[in-house]
Amino acid sequence: MYRYDEFDRRFLDERVAQYRGQVARRLSGQLTEDEFRPLRLMNGLYLQLHAYMLRVSIPYGTLSSDQLRMLAHVARTYDKGYGHFTTRQNIQYNWIKLEESPEILADLATVEMHGIQTSGNSFRNITTDPFAGVTEDEIEDPRPWCEIIRQWSALHPEFSFLPRKFKIAVSAAAKHDRAAVKMHDLGLYLRRNEAGEVGFQVLIGGGLGRTPYLGLALREFLPKRDLLAYLEAALRVYNQYGRRDNIFKARIKILVHALGIEKLREEVEAEFDASSKDGLELPEAAVDAITKQFTPPSYADAAGDDAILQRILAADPLFARWVKNNTHAHKVPGHAIVSISLKPPGRPPGDCSASQMEAIAALADELSFGEIRVTHEQNLVLPHVRKAALHELWLRLAEAGLGSANIGLASDIIACPGLDYCGLATARSIPIAQVLGERLAAREEAIGKLAIKISGCINACGHHHVGHIGILGLDKNGEEFYQITIGGSDDEHAAIGAVAGPAVAAKDVPRAVDRLIDAYLHLRRGDERFPETYRRVGMNPFKEALYAAG
Amino acid sequence: MTENAQKLATGNRLRDGVPVYFAGAGTWSPKVNDAVLVEADAAEALLEEAQTGEKPLPAVGVELIEAVREGKRIVPVTLREKIRAFGPTTPFRIS
Amino acid sequence: MLLDKTGNAAADEWRHLADDEAAPEGEAVSVSLKRWERDHNALKGRDAKLGLHLPNTANPVALNGEVHRFALIALEFPNFKDGRAYSQARLLRSRLRYKGELRATGNVLRDQLLFMRRAGFDSFEVDGGRALAEDWAKAFGEFDVFYQSSSDNRPWVMRQRFPAA
Repeated sequence: MYRYDEFDRRFLDERVAQYRGQVARRLSGQLTEDEFRPLRLMNGLYLQLHAYMLRVSIPYGTLSSDQLRMLAHVARTYDKGYGHFTTRQNIQYNWIKLEESPEILADLATVEMHGIQTSGNSFRNITTDPFAGVTEDEIEDPRPWCEIIRQWSALHPEFSFLPRKFKIAVSAAAKHDRAAVKMHDLGLYLRRNEAGEVGFQVLIGGGLGRTPYLGLALREFLPKRDLLAYLEAALRVYNQYGRRDNIFKARIKILVHALGIEKLREEVEAEFDASSKDGLELPEAAVDAITKQFTPPSYADAAGDDAILQRILAADPLFARWVKNNTHAHKVPGHAIVSISLKPPGRPPGDCSASQMEAIAALADELSFGEIRVTHEQNLVLPHVRKAALHELWLRLAEAGLGSANIGLASDIIACPGLDYCGLATARSIPIAQVLGERLAAREEAIGKLAIKISGCINACGHHHVGHIGILGLDKNGEEFYQITIGGSDDEHAAIGAVAGPAVAAKDVPRAVDRLIDAYLHLRRGDERFPETYRRVGMNPFKEALYAAG
Repeated sequence: MTENAQKLATGNRLRDGVPVYFAGAGTWSPKVNDAVLVEADAAEALLEEAQTGEKPLPAVGVELIEAVREGKRIVPVTLREKIRAFGPTTPFRIS
Repeated sequence: MLLDKTGNAAADEWRHLADDEAAPEGEAVSVSLKRWERDHNALKGRDAKLGLHLPNTANPVALNGEVHRFALIALEFPNFKDGRAYSQARLLRSRLRYKGELRATGNVLRDQLLFMRRAGFDSFEVDGGRALAEDWAKAFGEFDVFYQSSSDNRPWVMRQRFPAA
């Protein structure tokens, strides 16, 4: 993974010093709240219901065990002993004090971490496939390009005061999209053209929130050397023409639909053609140097591990279940990619205690070359585990309360923090997730893969629009009501879910979800997943099931 | 407006973000029971009083909310404000 | 109050003309874009420095070669969060190769000064009332590591890592 050099370290130290000064000027009254707010947001510090909330950046979801231990230290020292992994591969702490935040950032800087641009009207975390570098389903590791974009976008002098936030995702997977690329302001797929060259397909204008859209194709093939110049052209068009009069109409997706994709493409291509590429074409040596940082580790010869694993699987059905649901094919023989579920049914999704973080860091050191990944589904991944170690890993995860065998199943729910924590929320989401998780766990094997996603408000941080079953919390005359959408998907078959009917009261949500699942089980053919069944039969059978009497 | 609801002024403490309630005479308390509660027609004056003082004010995002008196307790009307006053409804329990 | 590119107070030789005010000879005056479009022939004939004040909705590329007539171009930040003038500055410097004084006006605060300098601004109009309270010059020194090549021509990381390439 990427390790800082002297330039990166100095930059981070300068940032910490700058922030310290800004906090001091706020606490002394020299800066008003209006002047300070964007500055603290540019370091990931929000003011929420109970305290400040700090969002720490985990670039493209890759963490070292030392970094994870530092995240545990922050949770323990400055928070209430836990953190929350987010739908953009970051981590959030809910109980932060402004006056301690400079110290926190100084601590994080010692392990090359920060909260830079995890909020504010600029570039957010560059996200990617959590299986990057270890899955067979990829053209090449996308992370060097994520790192290149990350550096280029750090305190960019032209683009630090955009109309609104700007989210970029990169995927190099050939078959599946594990990075929800179509849901981003700008999406990049690494692709091979007819000549066999690897470059980018560029999508633009995806996003959820109030007005969900899937990204549209901006450029079919962009050579690698043109990436930064092209990004600059697209951002310049957005910076100049994005709306600034209404924060709910300020994302680039609104501009794309106001101008139409053809006109937008014309503007971007014209800007790209006219602008000098000075300083935007990286020297080969620079690309190589960054790429080298993502060289795979020296894997053991684990050719015999499959046989070892098979014997254990036969003897231990609980373990077998965990292997089936939580491990994924690795490109190196005898190895597996392991998902760690942060969704024990009945617990807040994505939360992880300091002790659990330390346990995972230790396991990563012993069994995964010290590397951990964060997924946008609020789970963690150990990317380099040999199959012979899986049983021991499972036992130790289970000891730490991290052994839920539910990846991708009904109790693997995505939920934003909601009204229990968030100042923007209109309803609670975590209690809904807890109730549904517990209720569905008993039959989730029979249901199969099912993505339930819950947002506590229209900003859709829980990605409800792209849930197979999406749940949006609303306030109806002071009471919590939930609108249910179905048929959404955030993978290569991306789709925005359709509203299933009028919102239901909180107490009726579990029954409504049960009915939708029952309808799916009744209607599905073969191993169709929920969105496929929905696409085949349409909304009516589900609506009928939902509103049937009794 | 809710029947019998009065108003109080609340914000978040600048230095640590803790929800605080205006308790009069330039003071702010993290306990909602300490809040000055007034009738609707006196609310604007209360808000102005809460926002007066040496800068920086101890509380940010100061606004008026509805609350009712229940015996010795003051209880905010909305769920959001109850959560601010009494904490999340889903405390994290470490297994 | 005017600050120069080191954040120190500077004398301002410029005066901005109202749209209906006659343009005097021998004095450095700036005009609005509207005034320029209406009176450019008369203004071109003057024997003194001319400046232009662009609204942040104008595309500077439309000015083309005419930019070189202006010894000063003033751009606007109606609110410090409205970043359109950063793109205008970059277009003026790198596309149109504008070499004159680029000035930031409007809601110009200390914490954006370094971004502005990097985008190509040379001078900054700030609120006189805050002038003494802020350590403006300090803002320019907060970073010396930069990840982008920019209009201030300062060394940037990729170049520093690979000087020969």
